[in-house]
Amino acid sequence: MKDVYILGIESSCDETSISIVKNGKEEIVTTTLTQIDIHKKFGGVVPEIASRSHAECITIVIDDCLSKANMKMEDITAIAVTYGPGLAGSLLVGVEAAKALSLAYNKPLIGVNHMAGHIYANNLVDTMDFPLICLVISGGHTEIIYMDDDLSFKKLGSTIDDSVGEAFDKVGRVIDVPYPGGPVIDKLSKEGKDTYELPLPMDDDSYNFSFSGIKSAVINLVHNEKQRGNEIRKEDLCTSFENIVVKTLTKKTMKAVKEYNVKELLIAGGVSANSGIREEFKKICDKEGIKLVVPKLSYCTDNGAMIAAAGYYYYKKGLFSDYSLRINPGLDL
Amino acid sequence: MDEYKVTSRSEQDTIAVAENLEAEKFPGMVICLNGELGCGKTVFTKGFAAALGIEDTITSPTFNIIKEYLNGEMPLYHMDVYRLEKKIESTGLLDYFDKGGVVIIEWANLIEDYLPEERLDIFFKVVEEDIRVMKFVPHGQKYEELCEDAL
Repeated sequence: MKDVYILGIESSCDETSISIVKNGKEEIVTTTLTQIDIHKKFGGVVPEIASRSHAECITIVIDDCLSKANMKMEDITAIAVTYGPGLAGSLLVGVEAAKALSLAYNKPLIGVNHMAGHIYANNLVDTMDFPLICLVISGGHTEIIYMDDDLSFKKLGSTIDDSVGEAFDKVGRVIDVPYPGGPVIDKLSKEGKDTYELPLPMDDDSYNFSFSGIKSAVINLVHNEKQRGNEIRKEDLCTSFENIVVKTLTKKTMKAVKEYNVKELLIAGGVSANSGIREEFKKICDKEGIKLVVPKLSYCTDNGAMIAAAGYYYYKKGLFSDYSLRINPGLDL
Repeated sequence: MDEYKVTSRSEQDTIAVAENLEAEKFPGMVICLNGELGCGKTVFTKGFAAALGIEDTITSPTFNIIKEYLNGEMPLYHMDVYRLEKKIESTGLLDYFDKGGVVIIEWANLIEDYLPEERLDIFFKVVEEDIRVMKFVPHGQKYEELCEDAL
């Protein structure tokens, strides 16, 4: 079969990222422009500012990607673009750019679900052997997904309140560490001891998560310690908090792995960069003889390569979009 | 201006208050939720959304800043403006006040200058672990009547 080169366009949040991926597996080039520095000034991603910044730079990023790959638009087989979930204004810039390229160069257009992209980031590092369970953990998502074929997603459970990424950021606010709280807490947790007792949330038979309860427990704990005149040992609290998050994630995910008798476990999304989560899953999977695939750190954050990788399977299945493709900020898997 | 106070002793109490307010809903309704982390802002919104007939799980909008729910009796726009603070002008969020749905804003006090004059402010205060006092401050005739009827 002729090689398939997919141009992947990702602009759902604060990164403008364009990538060319060969046959869904081999990343040729990725060019990413991150707005983190711009948004740091505002303490987080600001939708309209993100959108304007995407609009200003997307053509430059596309040109840069093609020139680094030493390719022309004519060499591209199809154009894959994130159409949701994400911030409306940001998604719009990517989708309209993709439509314009598709029309101008007469290339098929493929609308890709951003979450499918996070899952297929793993296809760039290893094979995806079905059936599998995928744990998607990010700022906006916490979901356990069952897949028995390409692009077939069955949601077994998800968070009923805060995502795991939001839980990290909110606990970060409570103990006063800079935004985003996740990486800082992960770092501090390495220097502390698990001395604070926190409740294991939603300790039931479902595959759903609740992180709001842990957040409240941390707030109450900090409040009570302050009233008693005790200083909070931040490092210890970070260790205790991260451990309880790891425990709830591993417990529910491994239950799904066993119940569905799958061949492998994938972890996807920005929070999969957390070292505590990676290490514990590795330990459990090694012990139980289950194949674990986690994305490279560079694929944990939003990137065009994962969209191109997922786009390849849309292409293979003939799932093309026409020019009526509309963004869907609340798109589900 | 009248103020109303309700003591909530459980999540169910907070949800019951939200259901009562939902019963008096109208297009363009704006409810502003204020109070520290973990005081029940999202719980309130969950109760309101369920009463609206929205079947989706209402999850925190903190990361996305806004989440839209369009499959209830009226559109619900659920925002968390914590991360925006005073940079609201250029965000497009202000357009949601005119979309004919119900707008619920968490951490609304951070963008007070940009809120519509007519609205309902709710202040949550955590008194003990499970006990919250909810203070209701209506702005404008419509919201005063709403509080009289619903609380």
